[in-house]
Amino acid sequence: MSTVDHPAPAHEIRERFGFWKRSYAMLIKEFIQLKRDRVSFAMIVMLPVMQLLLFGYAINTTPHNLPSAVLLQEDSDLARSVLKALENTAYYRFIYEVHDVDEFDNLLKSGKVLFGVEIPRGFERAVRRGDKPALLVAADATDPVAASAALGSLGMIVQTALAHDLYIGNPPEMPFEIRAHARYNPAANSSLNIVPGLVGTILTMTMLIFTALSVTREVERGTMESLLSMPIKPVEVMFGKIIPYVLVGFVQAFLIIGIGVFLFGVPVLGNLFLLALLSTLFITTNLSIGYTISTLVQNQLQAMQMSMMFFLPSILLSGFMFPFAGMPAWAQYVGEGLPLTHYIRIVRAIMLKGASMPNLRFDAAALAVLMLVAMTIAVTRFRRTLD
Amino acid sequence: MNAGNDIAIDVKGLTKSFGGREVVHDLSMQVKRGSIYGFLGPNGSGKTTTIRILCGLLTPDSGEGTCLGYDILKDAEKIKRQVGYMTQRFSLYQDLSVRENLEFVARLYGMRDARGAARDMIKRLGLSGREEQLAGELSGGWKQRLALGACTLPSPKLLLLDEPTAGVDPKARRDFWNEIHALAAEGLTVLVSTHYMDEAERCHEIAYIAYGHLLTHGTVEEVIAGSALTTYTVTGDDLNDLTAALTGKPGIDMVAPFGTSLHVSGRDVAALEASIAPWRDKSDLHWNKSAPSLEDVFIELMGRSKDNFQ
Repeated sequence: MSTVDHPAPAHEIRERFGFWKRSYAMLIKEFIQLKRDRVSFAMIVMLPVMQLLLFGYAINTTPHNLPSAVLLQEDSDLARSVLKALENTAYYRFIYEVHDVDEFDNLLKSGKVLFGVEIPRGFERAVRRGDKPALLVAADATDPVAASAALGSLGMIVQTALAHDLYIGNPPEMPFEIRAHARYNPAANSSLNIVPGLVGTILTMTMLIFTALSVTREVERGTMESLLSMPIKPVEVMFGKIIPYVLVGFVQAFLIIGIGVFLFGVPVLGNLFLLALLSTLFITTNLSIGYTISTLVQNQLQAMQMSMMFFLPSILLSGFMFPFAGMPAWAQYVGEGLPLTHYIRIVRAIMLKGASMPNLRFDAAALAVLMLVAMTIAVTRFRRTLD
Repeated sequence: MNAGNDIAIDVKGLTKSFGGREVVHDLSMQVKRGSIYGFLGPNGSGKTTTIRILCGLLTPDSGEGTCLGYDILKDAEKIKRQVGYMTQRFSLYQDLSVRENLEFVARLYGMRDARGAARDMIKRLGLSGREEQLAGELSGGWKQRLALGACTLPSPKLLLLDEPTAGVDPKARRDFWNEIHALAAEGLTVLVSTHYMDEAERCHEIAYIAYGHLLTHGTVEEVIAGSALTTYTVTGDDLNDLTAALTGKPGIDMVAPFGTSLHVSGRDVAALEASIAPWRDKSDLHWNKSAPSLEDVFIELMGRSKDNFQ
């Protein structure tokens, strides 16, 4: 080496803004590493696109053309127009018209039809008298999702059909829930509901794993030893590791929402800037939780497992898969502790209902609190020594 | 800082256990500023643990002391700013290029011109032309050179090198030691652990540590003199038989082959000479009383400490 001949010029070390300089050093390093990892880099784009296309098209809780039978006990104009209305919705496809109760039951029992509609004798007359006669709908509920969704939409459809029927005066009052449903998702189109939920779900998954592996990776590669011997503080390591992925998360959110809007026709009724702002908050919250996980575990396998332990309840208890209000109280409490729950409310409210900040104060605050709690745990748990 | 103190490392009674096993036992040492201090001992003797305690990576269970005048227990952050630590295993980022690794270190220490500092270091290390190569793709010798560059980049006052030349070819090893001496000439204190005797002999002072115990320290001459070891060098035929015959005899602490000769050593001169007497006059063996080599001393120390501490 040529030390003696060419002594290195002295480079000045400045203590000012040390926090920012060290965080920046870490951040640049993480960016370069991310850039080098081609597969992970490709996954940033591939993962949300793939998942959105798969889930968006595959998950459909309101199946169309459900095979149905009708038990006609009265052949009136009104009965015919109700059936016509049902068929026009494309939810039901009447493949059997029977006049006998046993035959009707057998069709259902054998699974040849999923729905049976019974129009009772004297139906039209009862309607005209305002007696609110019963329109019996029997459903094969072995697939509860398919059955309940179709059942739920049935009432509304029938009433709409009756309202348009010239023979009927004022249709009966619609229940509130159905009216709300009609406003935001009149066709009960599940991608409207699923796409906003998927934004949060996909972000949770990718963000958690990105940071959950970050500290353990340094430990396993042996680079932690040299990092710890340098004058960097736990908070600086954390910021340096989280910030690059905020950008990554932002790109993903942009992709998912973009595809949702252009491919699935999901509207964004609210303020796009507010959506971006709260999405950033949600992304940072998840990154902080992932980072916390990485300070709690010993190796990358444990980090993956713990991420999954957090991810599964997020999917199941956040209101993404099952209606939040329908869960038992304890599950709702757990759900309130998950960032995804709050984000799904936020994103659905902004995209589908055009909600603004005052409506979302609680959920935004909850996200911020969760983020701060995670960061505090991470910074205190970060091992500054190899003990 | 202790004014006028020319001691860089001054620790007393360091003890550290892992899972009930004492890895460092009551270790005290002093290292002069500007000196190269060699740290020797078998694998698992506590060298790495001691070095990690010195740079604040581990907290000792008991003991106290200063490193560059800072308390090792309270001022770990201040110590870290002025200490360059080169780990035993390459611990820079394999997926970052040479330049990016150096710039990372420069930024982390708050150097004003990180790019310039990295550029100068690349020139100094002779790595020009390889600056965009990923660190993971460098050969062992270059990796070690880069690691040394990274830990000297922020101009530390103390360098802690943990077996820096393990697995490096002799030429690279020699270059490395020339660099260490050049750095020490500039006033840097260097604590270096090693297994190589030739490297130990290039240190100003050495310490021998085994099973967590510091057994001896001083200059090479002092350590050899302090061993009170008498060594005979034997040349001739059938040295294998002689080895078998002498091993374990009273007064003979060590029988070790060195190429075509055999070193027979012991602390008790009278007993040693009595034991070798039957072979002294054999015509095909040539006996020479000689000063023990550093290696003799260490092997003997290692053998002795095994009995004492295991």
